Amino acid sequence: MKRFKFILQKEFKQIFRDKGMLPIIFLMPIMQLMVLSFAATFDVHNINMEIIDKDQSSLSQQLISKYASSSYFNILQNTPYDADNGESLQTGEAVIILEIPQDFEKNIIHHQPTQLSAKVDAIDGMSAGVSVNYAQSIIRDFQDNYLQEKGLLLKNGLKINISNLNWYNNSLNYKFYMVPGLLVLLVSMIGIFLTSMNIVKEKEIGTIEQLNVTPITKAEFIIGKLFPFWCIGMFVLSLGLSIAKLVFDIPIQGPLSIVFAFAMIYLLVVLGLGLIISTLSDTQQQSMFIAWFFMIVFVLLSGLFTPIENMPGWAQDLTLLNPVRYFIEIMRNVLLKGASWADVKMNFFIIGIYGIIINALAVLLYRKTN
Amino acid sequence: MEKIIESTELTKTFGDFTAVNKITFDVKKGEIFGFLGANGAGKSTAMRMLTGLLSPTSGAATVAGYDVFTEQEKIKKNIGYMSQKFSLYNDLTLMENITFYGGIYGLSNTQIKERGEKLIERLDLGNIKKKLLKEVPLGWKQKIAFSVATLHNPKVVFLDEPTGGVDPITRRQFWEMIYEKADQGMTVFVTTHYMDEAEYCHRISMMVHGEIHGYGTPKELKKEFNAQNMDEVFIHLARGDQYNLK
Ligand SMILES: Nc1ncnc2c1ncn2[C@@H]1O[C@H](COP(=O)(O)OP(=O)(O)O)[C@@H](O)[C@H]1O
Ligand SMILES: [Mg+2]
Repeated sequence: MKRFKFILQKEFKQIFRDKGMLPIIFLMPIMQLMVLSFAATFDVHNINMEIIDKDQSSLSQQLISKYASSSYFNILQNTPYDADNGESLQTGEAVIILEIPQDFEKNIIHHQPTQLSAKVDAIDGMSAGVSVNYAQSIIRDFQDNYLQEKGLLLKNGLKINISNLNWYNNSLNYKFYMVPGLLVLLVSMIGIFLTSMNIVKEKEIGTIEQLNVTPITKAEFIIGKLFPFWCIGMFVLSLGLSIAKLVFDIPIQGPLSIVFAFAMIYLLVVLGLGLIISTLSDTQQQSMFIAWFFMIVFVLLSGLFTPIENMPGWAQDLTLLNPVRYFIEIMRNVLLKGASWADVKMNFFIIGIYGIIINALAVLLYRKTN
Repeated sequence: MEKIIESTELTKTFGDFTAVNKITFDVKKGEIFGFLGANGAGKSTAMRMLTGLLSPTSGAATVAGYDVFTEQEKIKKNIGYMSQKFSLYNDLTLMENITFYGGIYGLSNTQIKERGEKLIERLDLGNIKKKLLKEVPLGWKQKIAFSVATLHNPKVVFLDEPTGGVDPITRRQFWEMIYEKADQGMTVFVTTHYMDEAEYCHRISMMVHGEIHGYGTPKELKKEFNAQNMDEVFIHLARGDQYNLK
């Protein structure tokens, strides 16, 4: 173990002597967060909607038919009174509940102000934001075209009053929803790419042979490769979180210690995987290709862009194998929902097991004798 | 004399191809043993098996008393190795390479410092001490690689074509360094395809197509083939003549 000091010294020197490294560590997090979070726009179709039509009038029917004929909304039910008291939002069946008040038609005909109300499930801030926008644009259309044609002008316009079921993320800012996830992506990408290129690079230039003929143990070798990137990963996460707070003003509802504790283990999984890829590859191109493959699968099955609940069953099952999924969950739940240690026990348990398996494999698969 | 390397019918095949075919030889403690042969004869492959870098296919061999099939990691504690391709870190300085490899072999900080400074003085490399190795010319690099391979005073040092591609003067200096280590009692196992270098070895083996076709002292081999120099010996061997002196 005395050897360890020398191994780390060497790895750190080589990493920071590499001219490409500083931009990766400092610039990439900033650029990626900025670009991705601003560029990511979403088009949502078939938003599940429940309508409570307390008016049961011809005007309210007209309005409902506008929603029904739009491809954005999928009307689950249309009832005259609030039967389940928002239950369908709680269970996730509906994303939005639109309520048409009594005397809706009467008020409009008499040019009295009237107000629609919508309850939105804001867990998924992105689709919540989009669904509210669509709901409003249909009302505007209804007012500007249908009512106006009939000479039914409203003094203050037809208002929609929005209330959120889930109090966190109540500004409906989809960036709040995306940024924590993007941060996970960023840390994972940097981790897996840097490690997957590392061992194979020593193979390509031949330095690995000189190392393999020394008494260095396989565990020393792997830990020596892992540790510097682990530090870089933790640094990038801290930097990214600072940007998220300072630039996007994302809320931090729960203890950050959970996020960092999880990241410590999570990074071992990602970096261990990168080292396995590197050990099994013969060229840097090969390892890069394999790392990309894993990264794309991980992202698609992470719930970052497509909510996991919206995936087909088999894909949902596959996400259980995806370490990225568990970190995104932690990030969103802790930052946006204020989750506590008790809430995230399972994530820690799974990632812990993952960490042990991956790193044991990394040590076993590395060959000092070919 | 005590034998530090013993090989009996050691063989390595890659698929259908036999790179090293049943080689039997031994190396005595303190000897400079030359492993000669043309490119592709199987010298590096044989050396990689003896150093524990490559698993042999069949046969038997021990290095410093340890089995090349099962005790590779123990062998590695007792040997030094300089691979055919320069394989120190080009992005580290001379002293950083010395520190790293010294540390890996378990030298203390003071030992590393002492030996490092002695080495730099011996090779007269004071002015490039702080340069990255990629900025150092090949001839110097080879000497540095040799010095780093012997830094921990191994029982045997394996040198794979250490003089490949360097000028005659550097080659001479290199052989002086080899002699210095041999005088200190280190066993030297060296491959080369320069036949004149065979004369510098105590004993040699000549490989042709993965097999040992000549084995003995340079003097014995020259006498056997009635040759003036080792080049002539090699020509005989390449024609298919064989000579194995036990
Ligand atoms: N890993 C390998 N796979 C397949 N063939 C190999 C491998 N390593 C060496 N060889 C072949 O074995 C033969 C001997 O190679 P080598 O030991 O490097 O020769 P030398 O060092 O004497 O020049 C060559 O024909 C080479 O192509
Ligand atoms: Mg060779």
